[in-house]
Order: sequence, then C-alpha cells, then structure tokens
Amino acid sequence: MNFDAWLPLLIVASSLVPGMVIFFLKEGSHVTRTLLNLAGAGVKLILVGVMIWGVFHDHNYETRWTLAPGLDLVLRADTLSVLFVTLSTVLWLVTTVYAIGYLEHSPHRSRFFGFFSLCVSATVGLALAGNLFTFVVFYELLTLVTYPLVAHRGTPDALRGARIYLTYTLIGGALLLAGTVWLYVIAGPTAFVEGGTLSSLPTEYHPQLKVIFLLLMIGLGVKAALVPLHGWLPHAMVAPAPVSALLHAVAVVKAGAFGIVRVVYDVYGVNFTDQLGLLTGLGIAAAITIIYGSVKALSQDNLKKRLAYSTISQVSYIALGTAILGPVGTIGGIVHLVHQGIMKITLFFTAGGYAETLGIHKVSEMNGVGRRMPLTTLAFSVAALGMIGIPPIAGFISKWYLGLGAIEAGMAWWVIPVLITSSLLNAAYFLPILYRAWFCQPAPAWPAEHIPAARHETAGTLLWPPVVTAGLALAAGLFAAAPYSPLEWADLIAQREYGL
Amino acid sequence: MTDMLIWLVAIPLTGAVATLLLPRQATALVYVTAVATTSVAGMLLYQVGTQGELTYEIGGWTAGLGIALRADGLSTMLLLMTALVVMATSVYAGTYFRQADERARFWPLWLLLWTSLNALLLSGDLFNLYVTLELLGLSAVALASLGGKTAALQAALRYLQAGLLGSMMFLAGVSLIYAGYGTLDLATLTGMVAPGPVAWVALALMTAGLLLKTALFPLHFWLPPAHASAPAPVSAVLSALVVKAAFYLVLRLWLDVFADLVTPASSNILGILGAGAILWGSWRALRAERLKLLAAYSTVAQLGYLFLFFPVLQALPPGPTRDAALGGLVILALTHGFAKAGLFLAIGIIQQRAGHDRIRELDGTAQRLPATTFAIALGGVALIGLPPSGAFLGKWQLIGGAFATGQWFWVLITVAGSLLAAAYMFRVLGHAFGNQAYPQRAVTVAREEWPALILTGIAVIGLGLAGAPVWQLLGSSA
Amino acid sequence: MLTAQWLYGITGCLIVALGLRTALLHALLLQRVIGINIMGAGVFLMLIAVAYRGPGVAPDPVPQALVLTGIVVAVSATALALALARRLTAEQNND
Repeated sequence: MNFDAWLPLLIVASSLVPGMVIFFLKEGSHVTRTLLNLAGAGVKLILVGVMIWGVFHDHNYETRWTLAPGLDLVLRADTLSVLFVTLSTVLWLVTTVYAIGYLEHSPHRSRFFGFFSLCVSATVGLALAGNLFTFVVFYELLTLVTYPLVAHRGTPDALRGARIYLTYTLIGGALLLAGTVWLYVIAGPTAFVEGGTLSSLPTEYHPQLKVIFLLLMIGLGVKAALVPLHGWLPHAMVAPAPVSALLHAVAVVKAGAFGIVRVVYDVYGVNFTDQLGLLTGLGIAAAITIIYGSVKALSQDNLKKRLAYSTISQVSYIALGTAILGPVGTIGGIVHLVHQGIMKITLFFTAGGYAETLGIHKVSEMNGVGRRMPLTTLAFSVAALGMIGIPPIAGFISKWYLGLGAIEAGMAWWVIPVLITSSLLNAAYFLPILYRAWFCQPAPAWPAEHIPAARHETAGTLLWPPVVTAGLALAAGLFAAAPYSPLEWADLIAQREYGL
Repeated sequence: MTDMLIWLVAIPLTGAVATLLLPRQATALVYVTAVATTSVAGMLLYQVGTQGELTYEIGGWTAGLGIALRADGLSTMLLLMTALVVMATSVYAGTYFRQADERARFWPLWLLLWTSLNALLLSGDLFNLYVTLELLGLSAVALASLGGKTAALQAALRYLQAGLLGSMMFLAGVSLIYAGYGTLDLATLTGMVAPGPVAWVALALMTAGLLLKTALFPLHFWLPPAHASAPAPVSAVLSALVVKAAFYLVLRLWLDVFADLVTPASSNILGILGAGAILWGSWRALRAERLKLLAAYSTVAQLGYLFLFFPVLQALPPGPTRDAALGGLVILALTHGFAKAGLFLAIGIIQQRAGHDRIRELDGTAQRLPATTFAIALGGVALIGLPPSGAFLGKWQLIGGAFATGQWFWVLITVAGSLLAAAYMFRVLGHAFGNQAYPQRAVTVAREEWPALILTGIAVIGLGLAGAPVWQLLGSSA
Repeated sequence: MLTAQWLYGITGCLIVALGLRTALLHALLLQRVIGINIMGAGVFLMLIAVAYRGPGVAPDPVPQALVLTGIVVAVSATALALALARRLTAEQNND
C-alpha cells in the first residue's frame, strides 16, 4: 500500500494510538499524558494539512479494508470529509489545551483523556467515511466512547444524564442501522458519491426509499438534536465543560448533522430527495427545531443549559440549508457546519472558564464579569454576536447564504421569517447576557472564586483557547472570500454536488 | 497431516490422565497440553483453509463400519475458538483455585471436557456424536458441581437430568436413522435422507434432545442456576463452549444431513423459539440481582439470535446472500464464545475481590479494577452487537437476510434484543463511574486480568476487524 | 405384517415412551434417573430389533456394538447422578 492508501488510516490512528496508550498510564504521569495528547493533536494537524494539499492536487486518498462480504470499511478524502476533518482536528487541539487546564485537579484523568482521544478518532473516522456502512460503524463507536465522558464525574446526576444520552443515541443508532441494512439489501454497497447513487433505482423501490429515509433521518436526528429527538442534550450538560464543548461543536451533534448532509447529498442526491418530496419534511423539522430551541433558551438561567438549547436551534440551520434546494442554500448549510462549530466552542469554553474561575453557573450571576475577566467576556461577546448574525462575524455569512438560497429556491416565504425570528430570539437571549456582563455592577462576591485575579484574569489554558477560537470566528467572517476559507470550501462542495 | 485430527483428541486426553496421576505437576502439564493442542488447532485451521476438508478414518476402517473424523471450515473454526478459550481460562483457573486439592480435582475433569469438545467437533459419525455428547455432558456436570455447596449440587443435578434426557432422545433419533438408512456416517447420510415418517420423527427427536442441551427457550430452565453457581472458569466454558457444541450439532443436522426436510414452518418454529429466548432471556438479565445470573440469562438470549438465522437461511436460495448469512451466524457464535468467556472470567475476578457478585453493591470493586471493568465493557460491546465487534457483522447479516426475504419480524426482534442487551450491560457499567480513587496502575493483577482482556479483545477487535476469513473458510455451501 | 422384528421394535418405542413419562412426571431424583434408564433400555431394544437381518443370516454387528457402548454410557451417567445425589444429601444434612 502506498502512502495515499495509508493517509486516512494514519489520521485516525494519530489520536487512537495515544488514546490507547494513555489508558495504561499511571494516574500520576501528567507530563507524559500531556505530551502524548499534544503530540497526537500536532501529528494529526500535519497529516490533515498534507491531505488538504493532496486533495487540491487530485491525489486519491482511500483506505479500504474488507470486514465481511459486501461490507468494506472505507476511509476516503473528498471535499466534504476534508472540511469536517479539518474542523475536528483544529478544534481538538484547542480543546485538548483547554481540557488539560480545566481538569487540573480532577481524578480519573487517564480514563478521561483516553476516551477523549478515542472520541476524536471516532469523529475523524466518521468524517472520512467513504460509504454508509463505515459511517454507521464510526457513528456507533462515537456513542460508545462519549458515554464515559458524559458519566465522568460519577455523580448520580452525571450517571442519569449519561443513561438518558445512551438511551436516545442507542435507539437512534438501531434505527439508523436498520435503515442502512435495508438500503444495502435494496441498492447494494452505498458508497458516498456526489450527487447520490439512488436515483438510478427503478420506481417500484421509491416507497421503500422513503421509509428508509425516514429511518435514517430519525437515527441521525437523535444526535443532531432535531426536535423531538433532542431530549438528551440538556441532560448531557452535566458533563465537564471540555466534553460539552467537544460534543456540541465538533463531535456528537455535528456528527448527526454531517450525517444528514451526507445522506441527502451523497447517498440520495439532493435532486432525487426533492423528487421524492422528502426535502420539505426535513426543512419543516429543521424550522421547528430552530424556533423551539431558541424559545426554550430564553427561559434558561443556567448558562450551559441556555447554550445547549442554543445548539439545538443553531445546528438545525445545517439541516435547513440541506433542505433548501440549490447551490446557495447548500453553501449556507455546509459553511454553518464550520462556523457554528467555532462559535459554539468559544461559548462553551468561556462558560467553563466562568465556572472554573469564579464559580458562575447561572446567567444571573454574571453581572459585571466583563470587568473581572475582560478577554474571556470579549471572546464570549464575539461568539454571541456571531450567533445572532451580526456582520462581520462568521455567523452572518451562513445566515446570508441561507436567506439568499431560500429566495432562489422559492422557499423564501417561510424560510426568511424563520431566519429573522430566530435571529431576534438569539438576540433576546444573548444580548441581556452581554449587557449584564459589561454594563452591570458585579455582586459583592463571586459565587466561588477558585482562581484569584493575578497577572492574567484566569489560567492560561482556560483563557487562550476561547480567544483563539473567537479570533477564528472573526477571521472566517472577515476573510470569507479568501482561498481555503470555509466559505470557499463549501462553494467547491456545492459545485461538485450540483455538477456545476 | 490428517493425523492432526487424532492428535486434537489424544493430547488433551493424555493430559487428563497425566494430571490425574501426577497432581503436583498438574498445572504445568495443563499449560503444556494447552499450548500443544492450540498449536495443532491453529495448524489444522491453516491446513483446512488452504486445502479444504480433511478426513481421518480411525483404525483404517472405512466409513460404514468404521468411524470417520472430519474437519471442515466450520468445525475447525470452532476448534480453534475452543482451544483459545480453554487456554486463556486455564491461565485464569490456575489463580482462581487457591488450594492444591481444589486444583487436583479440577484439572483432570477440565482436560476431559476439552477432549470431549474436540471429539464432538471432529466426529463424522452419528453414534460417535452421541458418545461425545454424553462425555461432554458428564464432564460439564462434574465441573459444575465443584462449587460444593447445596445450590451448586442441586443445579448440577438438574443439569445432569436435563442432559441425560436430551441425549436419550438424541440416541432414539440415531437408532431410527440407522433403522431407516443403514449407515451412521454423516457424509454418506447427507443427500441420502429423504422426507418421510422415519426421517421426520428422527429429526424431531434429535432436535428436541439437542434443544434441551443448548438451552433454547423454553427448555432453558437448567442453565441459569448451573452457570451461576459454578466456579467462574467453569461458567465461562459452559456458556461459551458447551452449549455451542449442541448448537453446532443442530446446525449440522439441519443444514447438511436433513437439509431436504427443512420447511419454512419448521424453521419458523426454531425462529420463534429463538425470539422467545432473546426477549425472555434479556428481560431476566435486566432483572437479575447477581452478575453471574445476568451473564447466564444473557447466554440464553444470545443463543436465541443463533436460532433466528434458521428461517432466514431456509428462505434464501443458495447463492452469495445465503453464504453471507451463514457466515454471519458463525461469526456471531464465535464472538459470543469469546465474549461470554471473557465476561465470566472478569466476573470471577470481581467476585473473588468483593466476596459477592451483587450488582447493586459493585461500586467500589468495579472502580478499583479498571482493567477488569474494561473487559466487561468490551464483552458488553460484543453482546450488544455494537461495532467493531464480530457480533455487529453477524447481526448485520441477520438483519440483511431478514430484509432480503421479507421477514420483518426478525428485524424487530434483533433490534429489540440489542437494545435490551444494552440496557442490562450498561446497568452494570454505570457502576464503574464514581468517586473512588483511581488505582495507580490499570492492570492490577496480571495473570488474573489479562485472560479476560484478551478474550474479550478477540471478540471485539480480532473478529470485528479481521473477520473476513470466516466467510472464506466456510466456502460456498448449499 | 407383524413379524418378531416389528414387535421388538414397537415394544422398544413403547418402553421409551414410558421411560420418558416417568422421567418427566415424577419429582424424586431417583425416579427420574430410573425413568431415563428405562428410556435407555427401550432404545437398546429398538437397536437390537434393527440388528435382525432375517432367518439364518448373522445379525448386523453394528447395532450390537452401539448397544454395548450405550449401556456403558448409561451406567456411568447413572453412577454420576447417584454420587451427586448422595453428596447433595450430605450437604443438606450439614446445613
């Protein structure tokens, strides 16, 4: 096997191998663990860089391994997978730094970082999956390795949250599996091909294809937190902040959304999905989720819960973009995959920073925190404004394309109101936080000042990651027209999908 | 080269006698025997994989008067699984039995069990199958009774009665076959047996006897008490290997010898019983208070999956889909063997450390033994059928076959069974998270914990990622 | 046509049925073990019936060998059952 065939596997292995080694490390070997983590993240970043370069130069990166007759495990680099892999890799590096700081005095760190690395391996494997079978394998693996992360603290709440998480995701996974096997029986091994392969099937299969689509969407929708399958997400907030950050921005929720994108574009093909009348249903589910998530976020005082409902709402923009027929809508959905990831992870980093430094868990405790932790709150503000859709932060780009795409597809009459309403609701639950943080007088004492004010407002590992990601969110918006920007990538993907 | 077949029976038998005569060197003898037998099994697998089926006629008497030993892909894979499981469990058993006189009673019976397993898997003659089946049953009962307490003895006696009843029915069927066809050789009978009253009654009797021995619902009543009261190494092989041997015989009879008699109705009966096993076994596992009882009921449930394959296989015409489904059946059986054995070994470690195996009170022990808990997690992954275990591939084939033949019902049962298995496994694993201090090292007692880890690792990673040869070894069959 | 062979064969089947009934319906271990032994006797009778090949012809040796083996197996199984039963009674008396 030449290097081209090894590269996808190596990218998965760069976090898998350190993860397995970390499991066996003694609990006290902090330095070794940190080195392994960072080394793995660094190697992965380099390999992904090589992959990006290669895909632009028409290298064909594919690892194929036969597990059973007709069932090949395929890791392949196409434009969409490269997008998601890059997002995952960059955000993993940042989150690793953050997690090292956040878990400074926590027990069970070997177990945590072991599963942490496995989680990223599963995400990257899922991103690089070249057919539906491989996707399902890594999707289920993701469920397995995230369970210990959610249950990490071991408190009754954590265990309960983990149990609920597992119930939802395993049932969803079972439905996904049933749908996939059914599809394989009808259509043979379903590789991911731009434009989809199913339109060539004879029409008597169409009713079955519709039911299969429903099964797949439910299975994927559980992780993507589509209403009414979102019930696990608020309960999973009991996990430590790095886990929430990773789960919401990169791993679990994105995996579901990514799966929806893959199924609609590369299995069914967006035109065929529209033909079957399924796009409208997806769009409606997405729209309901967007509004519902935003409305529930308004009433949450717990900061992480508010962010959780915000995630539920925001990730459905991706599904909405998928449901809007036409390249512009597609671009909006896909680019939001990246933008929402960067912005949301910033928010979770800062939320964790507030909790670890000052013991703040509720919005009502955030009065005047901007004076005490200016850089952190600045990062929070950038990300929040981006979520609302204020230019020039990245979130604006996504919403702009979604709106434009809806107009082009003739769906403007209900999509634009949804976009506007949700932006207003976003403002309604983010702006008061910003007002409190910057313009209100702080309470006499913070709930629990764990890290006193020193030269920096908090520990470096808690401070710099959100600043970096906030900067990325700003850059993604400002430099959206530059080559290699997320927007350009999304444009390329849309072109390939529609055969332009 | 065909001598390998007789070595596989002779080596463990010699070992059994040797450990009886030389109890002080017994443990070393066992390891030597184990390594030797496993190597022969491995070589046999390679031989059969490259050159096809092997036959050995004992004493040079040709089939008809003599007894033939036969090794094809299916039996060779089961032989290697048996060898690996027994070897790993022997390593564990060496530390489980602390006292010399316990070990002195254990090793000869243990190797005798292995002998009978190998002999059964290699037998090409119906009556020889009866004899090896009885041998297997008797050594299994003796091992199960080693616990010595009242509960263990009662369970062992119930096991013995059920077993004897089963073998007697099997023998009745064998004699009918001889009456009808004049030969006992499996290869000769395949294709010779035609539908008719003699064949029907014989198949019914033999299947009933074997179903009793493989503990298919509702004839499973003897299994949970026996497996739960036996010492951990014994439970491991009882669940992983002994019931599998009886199932292997059902497979041979239904797919090879009596293939022409199998109708959709009769396969559906097996399928429905399998569905009952899955649902009832999983439900009881969910309600179990003790780990060993949970694992025993899990075996009842997992065997049900194997029987779900029968209606699917019957409805599929010969061809690549059917071959894929058959391979799925075999890989599911193999995965369960490794996973369940590893699970019982891990449970044994916990039971010895904590003094009990009550699930509610697991917290401290599970957290002090991370490697063991990880082995339980791996075993759970294989039992639920999540990737990357071999069971995932097997269930995929089952669901695929069911979809292909339009038998939706089995899809529902499989999915429901997997979710129930997830429920009872994660109920146990939830206890692994808590507030006890994490021990400094992951693997605390190497000799005890590694066998469980290796066995479950084979189930999850070995068979999951390198399982493609299973289909190749089965070849294309009818 | 009712020949001796058929008579023996059918008697064997009946004995098997009787043994099965005993083994299933009685509660005491000893009764069940005896029932299983009766089943065995019935099967052996069936086999001997099969061995008959006609007047003046030597009977088929194979079923006879099967019966001998079967008797040995049945005896060892019964021995194990009785030994376990004695052990169980001893344990129960100790409790």
